[in-house]
This record gives sequence, structure tokens and C-alpha cells, in this order.
Amino acid sequence: MTVHSTALRANPWLTRTARIEDVIGEISGVCTYRLTVSDKNGGASYGFAPGQFNMLYLPGVGESAISMSGDPARTDSWIHTVRVAGNVTKTLAGLGRGDTLGLRGPFGTGWPHEELIGNDIVIVAGGLGMAPLRPLIYQLMSQRDKFNRIWLICGARSFDGLLYVREYNTWRKGGIDVQLTVDRATDGWAGHVGVVTLLIDRLQLPRPEQTYLVACGPEVMMKYAAASGIRLGIAEKRIWVSLERNMRCAAGLCGHCQLGPEFICKDGPVLRYDRIRKYLFVEQL
Amino acid sequence: MAQTSAVLFFSKPRLQSLLDELRTRGYCVVGPTIDQEAIIYDEILSVDELPRGWTDEQAPGQYRLRRRDDDAWFGYVVGPHSWKKYLFPPKTTLLSAEKTANGWEFIPRADDSTSFALLGVRACELAAIRIQDRVFLDGPYQDPLYRERRQRLFIVAVNCTQAASTCFCTSMKTGPRCEQGFDLALTEIDSGFLCDVGSDVGQDVIAVCSAVEATSEQQQSAASARQQAVDQIERRMDTSDLPGLLLGNLDHPRWKEVGDRCLSCTNCTMVCPTCFCSSVTEIRDLNMDRVDRERSWDSCFNPDFSYLGGSLVRNDTASRYRQWLTHKLDSWQNQFGTSGCVGCGRCITWCPVGIDLTEEVAAIRETSTP
Amino acid sequence: MSRKPRLAVFKFASCDGCQLSLLDAEDELLAICDRVDIAHFAEASSDLQPGPYDVALIEGSITTAEDAARIRRVRLDSKFLITIGACATAGGIQALRNWANVDDWVDSIYPSPEFISTLSTSTPIAQHVHVDFALHGCPINYHQLVDVLVALAEGRQPRIPSHSVCLDCKHRGTVCHVVARGVPCLGPVTQSGCGALCPAYDRGCYGCFGPSVPANTSSLLNKFRMLGQSPDQLVPLLRNFNAAAPEFQRAADQLTILRSNDEGTPS
Repeated sequence: MTVHSTALRANPWLTRTARIEDVIGEISGVCTYRLTVSDKNGGASYGFAPGQFNMLYLPGVGESAISMSGDPARTDSWIHTVRVAGNVTKTLAGLGRGDTLGLRGPFGTGWPHEELIGNDIVIVAGGLGMAPLRPLIYQLMSQRDKFNRIWLICGARSFDGLLYVREYNTWRKGGIDVQLTVDRATDGWAGHVGVVTLLIDRLQLPRPEQTYLVACGPEVMMKYAAASGIRLGIAEKRIWVSLERNMRCAAGLCGHCQLGPEFICKDGPVLRYDRIRKYLFVEQL
Repeated sequence: MAQTSAVLFFSKPRLQSLLDELRTRGYCVVGPTIDQEAIIYDEILSVDELPRGWTDEQAPGQYRLRRRDDDAWFGYVVGPHSWKKYLFPPKTTLLSAEKTANGWEFIPRADDSTSFALLGVRACELAAIRIQDRVFLDGPYQDPLYRERRQRLFIVAVNCTQAASTCFCTSMKTGPRCEQGFDLALTEIDSGFLCDVGSDVGQDVIAVCSAVEATSEQQQSAASARQQAVDQIERRMDTSDLPGLLLGNLDHPRWKEVGDRCLSCTNCTMVCPTCFCSSVTEIRDLNMDRVDRERSWDSCFNPDFSYLGGSLVRNDTASRYRQWLTHKLDSWQNQFGTSGCVGCGRCITWCPVGIDLTEEVAAIRETSTP
Repeated sequence: MSRKPRLAVFKFASCDGCQLSLLDAEDELLAICDRVDIAHFAEASSDLQPGPYDVALIEGSITTAEDAARIRRVRLDSKFLITIGACATAGGIQALRNWANVDDWVDSIYPSPEFISTLSTSTPIAQHVHVDFALHGCPINYHQLVDVLVALAEGRQPRIPSHSVCLDCKHRGTVCHVVARGVPCLGPVTQSGCGALCPAYDRGCYGCFGPSVPANTSSLLNKFRMLGQSPDQLVPLLRNFNAAAPEFQRAADQLTILRSNDEGTPS
């Protein structure tokens, strides 16, 4: 446990000053920020588990939970890919290199890295859902021999909604079977057209009983992806999803993000499907 | 600790010495007093401020102060306030952001130095404090203000000698007898107070009351006074299938039915001694040189509470009532290893339209789909 | 940031109280002037610049044919239109005429009624033109107005709290009037904004900030009826500053039906 995480346990509101080092435009309305923090107590550390998130704070505007999207091995900064959605992310979009903001974290659960070892893995990403999965992909790539077959199935509304396209070839060379699909074909797109489940359904899993499915994207997409995985023989307890609710305190203390018995901020955002499936299908829960 | 097994006795005027001693030791003593036609909790300097000779009559959606035919000092049940306002205040500044030449700097809230001594804590309220301890202290993250105030807290419990029609602590196994979690626990009888000592500090403090060992007659009248409270409790909640009953009946038609009566006004959650939901507001000066992050009590009955990506997850009153009751009686158990309800009956009394959770649970059970 | 947004304030049928609350916000007003360009504010300055405006604040309701035409012109000139106060958002106290004969009133009030030309109703702005944001209250809470103006100047979507007055009472430690005194109080169905002022001074809520989002008036009125309140007592409670707010209007109209039923049966 780092000095900071101990301090965060004692005061989850502890906010550090984060400085924007770089901003990279990704797709329309989406930028990736590289942030460093100054930490008077015990030096900055940038450790996190893929799947975890930070609370980014714009004074006077508010906070937003943003997942880590960089390489967990990186020790000099945190990387966040952010889409302009509400007031916080809109204000963030107006900031640039050298500007400061507040940061609390890391919070939440990560993907089940240890459990994945020795197994086949189907990674399903919908739209911006790719962001919290990229750290996992980096982690798997860095220890590629520990895992068996890996598929990455990415879906987006159209080609220009696919995130991190520039990295797909690297991932392919690193032994990940990257498959893409879009809802709408534009600009000479010659790949698949349709929802991600079309691609999951046609996977030939050599050993479904030793296969994991991890998914992040719109909730409805994850539900369908899980259903497809189950049809292919993947057990519910080997399906993991990353959920989104109104995360405010990030520490399970404010009550906003509950889904049934789960605090999505603290017990999630990454949760085992058999644990939350029945709650996902109840309207207005 | 070196707990004395002996039950002590001191005469009523000696309670003032206890108050004075606690104040001398730096405590802000808070206790029951009459204000706004109710018995509320506020700072108490003198025993004269206690609701002597008054009681409360409670029913669903109704509370009235009444004169007693005796001069009992603690002859009431529980009122609209709960002690959570001292440990988890309605409004707290968590953090300040200040603009400097190097950008934003963040200053944690200044340490809070208030020490509270609570006078008149009922058994159900002791249970409520234990539950909030689990929420704010026993999880992976702690609430710093709660921790500081809790560490310094001194509790003088007072056993109930009567019950309201809305009480059901016996169902929730939280009362009416104060059994743990206090420094001192009193039982009022005509001639004075019997006192159980629950901590070393309590032992230390009680010395100023010149307490003596209680006689068997005094112990006998205290026991029958406490028994009177037990005998008066009529309301019941069957907890045999909780947790599970509510999470297993998320589609029950009763939610819609209660949603039609519920005002979604937040009163039940505000008076509940265990409800802990909150929100943070940005308080900024207009030049934006300084921003305070202020946390205030919030409620799952507020439509905005479940805001997610431009819409509301729980967009009608039925779904919000379901969230509250399911959380309180069912999922709380998964989250914190205890029910969230102590059976104090506040949510029944202080619901303006008198919605009674014991009735709602019974109605759901009656036509439960197993 | 680009140029400062141009702000205009327009008055329709109203008492000017909401505009005054903006002028009363002395410290904030200076800071607001730093962020917005006040182009048209007759109550504050005679320098009235023509449109178009980025933000228009509309005070008052529509009670004359001229105003019904004027609000449409203002709308065409304004990018973001905000109604301020109970008159603009719900017709105001003057909407009581909606349940009366205006000609009778005019005759009884004015010495020379022939000079009065007025519509038979007072209607909220939103019944005439599209409204982008509504600030409730009689008068408005100027902190909310300042927050909204600052948010717009900074390019954010303005947000104001939507909870009931009850939550504010509980924050203050105010004991519930309905429960502890049997007094009818509109707090449970009224939107926050005043900080629960009246209940803290020993009176029930008058509903100045209008209906809250899930305003369950029928359940609350049932309770008031059980407390012994007659429709005659309850109708004026609802027909007040926000009489023409749909939830209050519907609830009061239903009560008048009850009242006529009650008249048929001896009590």
C-alpha cells in the first residue's frame, strides 16, 4: 500500500493538484490527457489496477469519475481519455497543457488480472468503453506468454468512433486478434457492419470452459455481449463488466451509485457478471 | 475496562453535576429540549432545559407534545432530530480549493475540534450509531469528520420507560434496553437515576454525582419502568425473511401503490438516524479564487440523486421508494452486515402522509413471489 | 474566451421584485458585469441597446395582447431565454383572474375602467414562446440567478437544485409543521430555493417556488383533508403566487369539484 492510498483511506476527499502535461485529440469530442500530480506527502506514485478510475475535479464546476486508460507500468503520469459529456468534461476540454485541476484516486476495482492467467480472453469494447480496457490490453501484452488466445472485439457507431485505431496493428502483432465492427459504414469502410454480438457469436472458442469475457461499453451492449458469451459456453462467473452509475464520493460513503446491493464506485466499477446480472435487468433500479 | 458490576444511584439534581463535569472536561453537552413544539436535540447547559413533565404522542404522520401527569425528565420517546446531526452534520465543508500562482491548491477541511457529549441516547439510537460506525469507519474508506467526532464522543444513554405507537425496536432487536455502546446508561425512577457504567471515562465522570450503590428496591422500580416500555411496544416487523424479501420482489405491484402515496419529499431519510446519503456542492466566490466543497445530507428520494449521463436512473417515486426500503432493510445487510433499520419509528411519524414501512413490508410479503 | 455574452432584462406583468433582487445582489452584480455585457436593463440603466442578445431574463406574465406580441419579438432576439420568478414561470398572483371575471374586477378597482385593456388571463411565458431555463420563486433566489448567469458565461449548462423544501427544513433542524402541529404546509410539494424560510419562522410553506418535480399534491391534500381542512381553506393555499403552475392548478381545480360536492352534503 502506498503512502497515498493509506492517506486516501483515512480521507477519501484528499485531493491533489494534477497538472496537464499533454493533450492528444483522439476522435471527435474525445481527448487523452496526461496528468502528473504534486504530492507533498510521500511523493507521487502512479500505480493503479487496470479498470480503476480517478475523480477529476474542476473547482467551481464539480467532479467526474474518469477511468485510467494508460499503461499501468508507466510510473511518471496518469493517462485519461475523456469524452465531453457534462459540465466537468466540457470545462476540462477548455483546459490545456500546464493547467491544473484536482485529482482523487485511484478508486474502484480492476479487471481480474490474476484469474485471467492461463486462459483465453475475449475483450469486448463498445465506443468509449475501450478506454478502461486499454490498460488491461497493455498489461496482457507485457506478459503475453501468460495468457492463451486473446480476441479484442471493438464496436463503434462508425469508423471515426473507434478509439486508439493507431495502436491496433501493434496489438495484432503482439498476438491479439483484433476484430472491428461499426453500426454505420462510412468513407469506404470495408469491415463488418453491425453490433459487437455478431462478431462474438461467430467466434470459434477452442475451450469455452477456460475462456473469460471482459466487456466495457454501453450497458445494453454489455448485456448482449454477456448473453452471447454465455451462448458460446462461457460461464457467468468468467464474465466481467465495467459499470457506470452516478459516482460522487468514489468511496461508498455517499450512496449515489448503488445498483441493488452494490456500490458501483467501491464494489465496482468492474464486477463479475453473475453478481450483478439480475439487477441489470430491473428497470429504474 | 474495569467495569463495575454494581448499579449506581444518584438523585435527580445531581445530573446537573454531571453536565457541569462534562462541560469542564471540554464537552459540548447536547440533549433533549423543547423547541418548535417538539422535543429536539440541542446544546444543554442546565437540567432545567430538559423536557421535564412533557411527553410525545406519536402516530403515522403525527407527533404532539403532551403534558405528563408527573415530572419525569426523560418521559418521552424519540423526536424529529437524531444524533447523526452531530457526527455527520447536515452541512460540512470537506475541502477548499485555492487559486495560486502555481495553479489550484487543495486544502483539506480544518480539523474539527468539537467534542460532543450526548445526553439521553435511547437504545435504538445507540444501535443507529453502531450502524453509522460501520458505514463511515469500517469500510475501505473512512469519513474523517465522523471519525474525529466519534473518537471523542461521550454517550450518556437513558433507557426508555415508555414507547410510542410507532416504536418497533423489539422487532429489530435494538432495544428498548441500552446494553452496549455507552459511557453511562441511566434509568429514571421517581427519586432519581440508576446508572450503569460502560467505560473508564464514564466511571471517572460519574464520581461527581456522588452516586451510591442502588438498593434492591430502586433496582426493582427501574426494572419495572423499563418493562413498561417493553410492554407498550405494539408495532412489529417480521424480519425472518429479511434480507432477501425485498430484493426478491423488485417487480412487486406494491411499489407502484406506495409510490402513489409517497411525496418523495425526503422526510423519512432526513429523520432516519442511519441514512447517510450526501451530495457535494461547489460554493465559489465569484472571482473564482476560492471554492469550498460543501457536503450536505441528500436523499435517494430526490430525482437528481440518480442522475447518469443526462437522464435519471430512478425517474419515478415508486422506484425511489423501492430503492430506499430495499436498501434500508435488505441490501444494507449485504453492504454492512447489519440491517439499516433500528426500529425507532421516525420515518413513520415524520412522513407527512404517514407511510408505515412495517405495513409496506407486510404487504409485499403477503403476495411475495418466492 | 470570446466576447462577453450580451444580457437583456425584460419586464412583463410583474411587481419588479425579481429584477430588484438582481440589483440587490450588489457584490455579485459587479462580478457579473465583469462577465456579461448588460445591454438592456431598464430598471438599472436608460442605455437600452438593441438585440440580438445572448441571454434574456424575462420577468412577469402575459396579461395584454401587446405583451403577447412583444414576448415573441424578444424571443426572436434572444439566444437563451430564462424566465425569472413566479409571474414569468407560472402566471404569478395575477393569474387569480383566470378563475374570475376580469371585467368585474376592472370595474371594481379602476375609477376609469374604459382606459384598461387587458386579457382575461395571466399566463406564463412558456405558454407563448419556448423557454430555455426557468428560475422559480416569488421572488427568485438571486444566488440561483447569479449561478445560472455565471454558468452561461462559462459555457456550462446551468443547474439548480430541484429537491423539496422539506430537505432544507431538515438541514436547518426545523420541525415539520404538518406532523407536529397539523398545519397545512406546501413544503413537501414545493421546490427548494428559499432555504425553507417560512417554516423556520413558524408558518407553513406558501409554495413560492412552485411545484417540485414529483409534486404529489393529491396525496398531500388527502392528508390536509384528514387534518380537517376544508376545500375552502385549501384552494387559496394552492391558488397563490403559483396558481397557474399546472400541478397546483390541477390540484386546486379538483378541490373546487370536491367543494361543490361537499355543498350538496351536510357536514
